[in-house]
Amino acid sequence: MAFRIWETIGRDLLRDTAAYSVGIAVAGAAFAAIATAQGLPWWITWAMSLFVYAGTAQFAALGVAAAGGSGLAVVATGLILNLRHIPYGLAVGHLYWDRWWTRILGTQNLLDTTTAFALAEGDDQRRAKIAYWTTGTGNAVAWVVGNFAGMFIGGWIAEPERLGLDAALPAIILALVIPSLKDRRTLLAAATGAVIALAASPFLPPGMPVLLALVGLVFARPKRGREEAAT
Amino acid sequence: MTMVAAIIALAVGTFLIRLSGPLLRGRLTLSARTEAILKAGATVVLLALTVTSTLIVDGGFAGWALPAGVLVGGVLAWRRLPLAVVVVAAAATTALLRLAGIA
Repeated sequence: MAFRIWETIGRDLLRDTAAYSVGIAVAGAAFAAIATAQGLPWWITWAMSLFVYAGTAQFAALGVAAAGGSGLAVVATGLILNLRHIPYGLAVGHLYWDRWWTRILGTQNLLDTTTAFALAEGDDQRRAKIAYWTTGTGNAVAWVVGNFAGMFIGGWIAEPERLGLDAALPAIILALVIPSLKDRRTLLAAATGAVIALAASPFLPPGMPVLLALVGLVFARPKRGREEAAT
Repeated sequence: MTMVAAIIALAVGTFLIRLSGPLLRGRLTLSARTEAILKAGATVVLLALTVTSTLIVDGGFAGWALPAGVLVGGVLAWRRLPLAVVVVAAAATTALLRLAGIA
């Protein structure tokens, strides 16, 4: 039985999930270490990691709280950062929309990376589903293990920059979107969007520029004439 | 106490945000064309996220080490190398540049 599960997932995806999970575990350890160093009680750190379950927003919330921001500022910063999950859910939401419990677990597991892993499978819906759940499971386990470890190792792991680990997650997402960028219209839309997001970054709160990037989608529309001729 | 209330609000809000995508999806008529645009939309956001988080840290330029590492990872991914190689190469490039004193 176990063997058949590995067989279904496939070696490449397992290897990729493992590589990605290591990065997530270190990020989780860094989060817990920083939270602990800030004097946050262990159970609040855990509640955040389990129920918010969004790394970027959690780090941002710690940053705002450390800077003396109000509770309202913490919530607003985190929620604006998380708005990008709406386009993610629109793109991959059907992959886990089966039973009530897959809907809940799938919704909680909607992340930059699970979305990117699912999209990297292209039009193969079965593979996309497997990728979503495999990487989602890897992420959940690694995040919890990392958080647990981070509370005890403290100190040095709070600066993962020294190991260059801040380059790991962007590199993973970049690697996963590259296959989609081979489509010329998507490439044009994404490149335009990235330029828009960069230009808007100095003026908007973090989280908004990447949504503004969606303006780039004007280039993603298939040519009407050809589309209608095809249908 | 404020922190607890803030975390509950953040958790509930985040869940609702995550939930809204698939719920909105259910209300759309999904032609192959809409489907393609929705996928392109997520790709656009993911690339914008990569580019901005690589070039901008804490409101300022991130320095050369970070984008250089991500770029090395991107090139290796383009050459279809496994993700493990991409990750290690990206992190190693950034770490070594920093060790050499390049921010």
